[in-house]
Amino acid sequence: MSQDILAGLAAILEEVAGVDPADVTAEKTFIDDLDVDSLSMVEVVVAAEEKFSVKIPDDDVKSLKTVGDAVSYIQRAGVAA
Amino acid sequence: MSATGARLLGLGVYRPARVVTNDEIAQRVDTSDEWIRSRTGIATRRIADDEETTVAMGTVAAEKALASAGLTADAMDLVISATCTSPSQIPGAGPQIAHRVGAGRAGAFDLNGACAGFSYAVSVAADMVRAGSVRHVLVVASERLSDYTDWDDRGTCILLADGAGATVVGPAETDEIGPAVWGHDGSRPEVIRVAGYGDNMFRMEGQAVFRWAISLVPMVRQICERAGVAPAELAGIVPHQANLRIVEALATGIGATNAVIARDVVDSGNTSAASIPLGLARLVDAGEIRRGDPVLLFGFGAGLTYCGQVVRCP
Repeated sequence: MSQDILAGLAAILEEVAGVDPADVTAEKTFIDDLDVDSLSMVEVVVAAEEKFSVKIPDDDVKSLKTVGDAVSYIQRAGVAA
Repeated sequence: MSATGARLLGLGVYRPARVVTNDEIAQRVDTSDEWIRSRTGIATRRIADDEETTVAMGTVAAEKALASAGLTADAMDLVISATCTSPSQIPGAGPQIAHRVGAGRAGAFDLNGACAGFSYAVSVAADMVRAGSVRHVLVVASERLSDYTDWDDRGTCILLADGAGATVVGPAETDEIGPAVWGHDGSRPEVIRVAGYGDNMFRMEGQAVFRWAISLVPMVRQICERAGVAPAELAGIVPHQANLRIVEALATGIGATNAVIARDVVDSGNTSAASIPLGLARLVDAGEIRRGDPVLLFGFGAGLTYCGQVVRCP
């Protein structure tokens, strides 16, 4: 399941910010490693909410530093929903 | 006599003479041309001088719109001034603009829909024409955001600008102004505000607003559905020129694959209610859209509130 989420995030990152899907691995940080700026991060979050049917409030977005953070957040939020 | 339809009969704009570059702003606040361009798409904006008041700019835009419609001011039954930066709380700009253009027998009032003001005003005007209450309505969107700009707030001073745009709404045999799709989220009035008491400056929580704006894609799609026009059939799309990244996210989000996208924000900045007529006029002047083409207008902003419709290009 986490692999599916990772692949889904990679697809979103490619579409929103032109990130090469091959670069999207769990330990990468959005801002420093993948060069995703704050506005693109908002676009990624909005797209991820739709794709995975989860809610990611603004306050929680700040805690999502790495791709792995986002994967486990979406996994937990998905289970809770 | 009741008309069967309504349409936009003409367009007119006014752009202040002074061009302010990103480098000029970067001399005052900690920012850079590269940062502003990458986050907002804005390269330059127009800032009004003392003579270029909301009323003065609106009057010029209105006169041009009347000329382009081939109508005189005395044919106007009503003047709606869509502005959130009237020079004073009281009186509004509408009666002053009506007086200056010579719309002697027209009713006149202001409508504050913030950045959605032009779309709301066109919707009100079109319904009044269709109902037969009036024949011609002059809709004027004139904004002077520089009066409310904190030039030390780098989150907003890079965005805000001045300008005016106007149109004439009148009767038509075939309706050319599609149904308005609108809505609001009044639970968050604080994310875009000019509070007035103690702080008379424009304040915005940029990321919260960005998130709200790009999540409006389903509403923009609904505008097409209500008009019976598929997104791929649109010749042009003119979202409120808040930020190029929002403009492009909305346009691509609905799949407006054949539409030219208004990118007037690049040279003109964010002019609130004036940005849609400015963006539309730019596409018309460049020959990128022609008379009769379906164009989607979509305003969104402080309130929070939004409104949009598909119109046929005047």
